[in-house]
Amino acid sequence: MISIIIFILLFAGGSAFFFYNVSKIRRNILLGQDARLKDKPAERFKTMLLVAFGQKKMFNRPIPAILHLFLYVAFVITQVELIEIVLDGALGHHRLFRPSLGGFYTFMVSFIEILSVLAFIGTLAFLSRRNLLKVPRLVKSELNGWPKLDANLILLGEITLICFIFMMNGADEVLYSRGMSHAQNMGDGSLGLTISSHLGPLLFGGMSEHSLHIIERIGWWGHICMVLGFLNYLPYSKHFHILLAFPNVYYSNLEKKGKFRNLESVSNEVKAMMDPSFTPPVADPNVPVRFGAKEVTDLSWKQLLDSYTCTECGRCTSACPANITGKVLSPRLIMMKTRDRLEEVGKNIDANKGEFKDDGKSLLHDYITPEELWACTSCNACVQECPVNIDPLSIIMDLRRFLVMEQSAAPTELNMMFNNMENNGAPWQFSPSDRLNWKND
Amino acid sequence: MSELSVKTMADYMASGETPEILFWVGCAGSFDDRAKKITKAIVKILNHANVKFAVLGTEESCTGDPAKRAGNEFLFQMQAMANITVLNGYEVKKIVTGCPHCFNTIKNEYPSLGGNYEVVHHTQLLQDLLNTGRIKIEGGSFKGKKITFHDPCYLGRGNDIYEAPRSVMVNLDAELAEMKRSRQNGLCCGAGGAQMFKEAEKGNKEVNIERTEEALALNPDVIAVGCPFCNTMMTDGVKHFNKEQTVKVLDVAELIAQAKDL
Repeated sequence: MISIIIFILLFAGGSAFFFYNVSKIRRNILLGQDARLKDKPAERFKTMLLVAFGQKKMFNRPIPAILHLFLYVAFVITQVELIEIVLDGALGHHRLFRPSLGGFYTFMVSFIEILSVLAFIGTLAFLSRRNLLKVPRLVKSELNGWPKLDANLILLGEITLICFIFMMNGADEVLYSRGMSHAQNMGDGSLGLTISSHLGPLLFGGMSEHSLHIIERIGWWGHICMVLGFLNYLPYSKHFHILLAFPNVYYSNLEKKGKFRNLESVSNEVKAMMDPSFTPPVADPNVPVRFGAKEVTDLSWKQLLDSYTCTECGRCTSACPANITGKVLSPRLIMMKTRDRLEEVGKNIDANKGEFKDDGKSLLHDYITPEELWACTSCNACVQECPVNIDPLSIIMDLRRFLVMEQSAAPTELNMMFNNMENNGAPWQFSPSDRLNWKND
Repeated sequence: MSELSVKTMADYMASGETPEILFWVGCAGSFDDRAKKITKAIVKILNHANVKFAVLGTEESCTGDPAKRAGNEFLFQMQAMANITVLNGYEVKKIVTGCPHCFNTIKNEYPSLGGNYEVVHHTQLLQDLLNTGRIKIEGGSFKGKKITFHDPCYLGRGNDIYEAPRSVMVNLDAELAEMKRSRQNGLCCGAGGAQMFKEAEKGNKEVNIERTEEALALNPDVIAVGCPFCNTMMTDGVKHFNKEQTVKVLDVAELIAQAKDL
């Protein structure tokens, strides 16, 4: 009875704190500007199925894709067992589903065990890719400090979780074969779990009943505590991608990548300038008109969702021509800085009773420098690479727009190009009347 | 050189005729000495295939692409709206461009400003002319030569067009070698996003050198391109490695025109 109460308190507390933190992230994301991304639900759903659920873009790099697939499938399927664990905990049962599911139960838990072994291998491989093989995109200096620690903590957490599963199942197998398990004995002498029916006797075969019960309970409680701990770690970590990948892909850009947004606010001004009879629509006085973005709140909610979805894999940066040739631009860092600033703005709002108090900082300049922005060739390699359809380029473009249209801070050569275009209708200094001269050259 | 047969929209209008297609030449194609050769190659092919085409001539103006990518949305939209007024005035329906940047801008960014046209890149038009038999290539000077194609970002990733230039080059009877980074994974030449008009930011290498190195590793006879800016960047890269005697940088249109000895 006491264990049921402890379990329910732990579970309720863990879930509540998680939803509290998620609601804060949701609030932060909704600080962004409106983005019209609710059209074409069928196409969006299909994209989500292929890219997020089906991991399509991951398979451009087969080795990490397969390792990641082990962890991903294990994570998804284990949720079934988690339902049983939660119900067992709340009702004081043990292996609640076993009597009713029978052979299917054995199959399901065995399947989860096999996936857990694969996930274990995957996790070890990922740890060695980061710490021993030092895959370039995973050891770049931009990851020093928290990002690196975060990545390793996630992987160690996964290993611990898998160990608890096998402690629980292994000890239970030995107990069951001795007829001492809490699980309903179905007279077959083994739970029949593919891995644990071998691993259990091997590891725990010589132990007393008392020790086995303790190990089984440590496994069970350790598992559920790790799950709740992990759940609450997510909102503080890049690992939040396991949840946000799905909505982020659903709301991804379905247009051609070369198509950049035309700013409506600019269209109205240009139309008014070219056609005196044009009356621009009355602007909402509550929305400050700012061309481009200086602060995270000038970006769209989708761009902010992108920043929380990024799991810092660095495929974007490893494909970026500017980064490859030693420039300071890193698309991954653009996403990380956007999230860092957004977190800072969120904390500021929390600390000041729901109102943002000017802290004299902004995303542009204090986090992302013009040198980074001007290194971009707008080639879309970063957008193409991202397995969860994050668009770093759109943030770079919006920040450039602010630099140019609000601060007149374009590089000198670009200002000359603008002048040429205004005066001659070409980016170079040629007379428009010479445009057809090539015909006679 | 003899004068090419090129009529403007104004010429067609005066004679009461309508062309099949408008050839949008672009600023590089109009003013840059190297790119002008690509323009002429396209014109020769169009004339050879008896395509009734027109150019805007002095009525053409920059699409605004470099201004937009550099963040100057005002200037972009001013250019766009002025061009749309001219194009709509001539009731233009179909446009072929000699540059992926013009192509992308007119195709994708003009519609919401009032400019709706069917827009194709010149490699798509060439593919169409070959498929419909309006031009034919048998053998030609590139037979047996090794050619590698550099995907322009705004044709490839920007608009998912990877096969048109390749299917055109198949007709040359040449060996088509692919760089490791090609199609979706193609590496930029370094000129996009208005970089063409400024010095690169500080780094340890130029992007065009990185890309040219990759192309030269295949020992090609020709590096084929589909964009006047890529052409400049790759030509500079080849010169950097002192290979201009053995490796040519040519637009797909030039390959076709030379193969047909036009």
